Amino acid sequence: MNFDEILRQTRADLCLDCGKCTGSCPVTRVDPTYSPRSTIERVLSGRPEELIHNEHLWACLTCGLCTTRCPSNVDYPAFVVAARSVARQAAVEGTYAHNAVMQELMGIMALPIRQKRTGWLADGLKTVTQGDDFYFVGCLPYFDVLFEDLGVVSTDAARAAVRLMNALGIAPVVSDDERCCGADLLLNGDVQGFRRLAEINLRVIAASGAKRVIFTCPEGVNAFRHDYPAVVGALPFEVVHLTELLAEHMDALPLHALGETVTYHDPCRLGRYLDVYDAPRAAIRAAGATLVEMRANRENALCCGSTGWVHCGRCAKGIQTTRLHQAQATGAQRLITACPKCRIHLSCALKDLDIDIKLEDVTNLLCRAVELDTD
Amino acid sequence: MTNQAEGFQPRIVVFACNWCSYAGADLAGVSRIQYPPTTRVIRVMCSGRVTPGFILEAFRLGADGVLVTGCHPGDCHYISGNENAVVTVDKTGRLMNVLGIEAARLRLEWISAAEGARFARIMTEFTEQVQALGPTALKDTTL
Repeated sequence: MNFDEILRQTRADLCLDCGKCTGSCPVTRVDPTYSPRSTIERVLSGRPEELIHNEHLWACLTCGLCTTRCPSNVDYPAFVVAARSVARQAAVEGTYAHNAVMQELMGIMALPIRQKRTGWLADGLKTVTQGDDFYFVGCLPYFDVLFEDLGVVSTDAARAAVRLMNALGIAPVVSDDERCCGADLLLNGDVQGFRRLAEINLRVIAASGAKRVIFTCPEGVNAFRHDYPAVVGALPFEVVHLTELLAEHMDALPLHALGETVTYHDPCRLGRYLDVYDAPRAAIRAAGATLVEMRANRENALCCGSTGWVHCGRCAKGIQTTRLHQAQATGAQRLITACPKCRIHLSCALKDLDIDIKLEDVTNLLCRAVELDTD
Repeated sequence: MTNQAEGFQPRIVVFACNWCSYAGADLAGVSRIQYPPTTRVIRVMCSGRVTPGFILEAFRLGADGVLVTGCHPGDCHYISGNENAVVTVDKTGRLMNVLGIEAARLRLEWISAAEGARFARIMTEFTEQVQALGPTALKDTTL
């Protein structure tokens, strides 16, 4: 795609130069030299090469806050992602977080491998190899190894998810052959790598005979719902986030009131991208927890500070610190989120801050309320 | 897959630190000690510079084994870089387990500048170990 097409497709050519995006941008708050408005301006005035070789191309979190407020409805995240794929063709890449280990893992997952990624399954969890429901676990087993220093056990949420599904009478398919959804490769501008992973995942899901794929990771559900059809065509199965599924069947869960005060962090993909704001909140209330909102919530929610495993640094830390202070100001005991990556990123900032709040995935909160936990 | 494939020559990437292990490799060379031609040595300033990303990239690009070598504990030119290498190799090994790449394909060894013979011996041993494992599944076109 060339920049004329990108401008047209993302409606960036309709930019009014009003600056609402820059005024909203969480990155700009920390790094005032970054401006979505002038980024688009630069391309509109015929100097796209300046953007490609500017590190600001990688600064955007694709959180979508600007887009929800743009009077011209410019899809700025799509503009950035498309520009990144152009940059990639010119052999320009961003500075990857964690020394590109996630990019390497995604690259290897596109090759013929036999993973052992279901080691997190615990006794008493009912799963099958063939069935109607496929649980797309995502990268959690890798996160467990990579982020153990933060004290985050990401697969906790997967175990809780299977327990909740079991409580609803669902024994999901969990597969060793599942790959990363590839959403982060797409965010890095690697459309080819994304397509390879998408094709493998479709084959794996087709082989399981599943009619519905259930996600706990908002990035996965967003990739399947919004990005997969563009590269692999219409999907032959339903795609659903676990909180959406639970919202429909909350009565079926034997919930006990937790009696604690919590606040909820909207993940960008689940909130602004997929409009799922109420389902996780309903789940929290159903668990008998008192929900207090942070200053920035729902479509105004602040990003967890890092996406695509790229360009993590001062800005990310600044945004995370602001978010954690917002959480602290609510007086909540726990900060609940529905995204494993938000949990990791906020945990990273929390370890350097003197804030007494516990981060938890919404599935774990519900699981405690169901008291399916042995303790 | 032909694990015991006749004449399978593995490709092994060796990360060698500038101050000890690379000099050890040099010594093996100038002393004309024989070892298999299966290794590709990449010099790094310190074994602590090697990241999980480096090791996984080597496997992605077709390595059958990766060897990280550095100064003996206490001898690191940067005081504690080799302690980081221990953490990196341990973590990467566990990532490889999830990926389904045998952790035995990754090894960490301390080789000083005076240990040319040890360098050659480890290259020989590790080559045999990787030879026994065969090529990685990553290159298996039947999967």
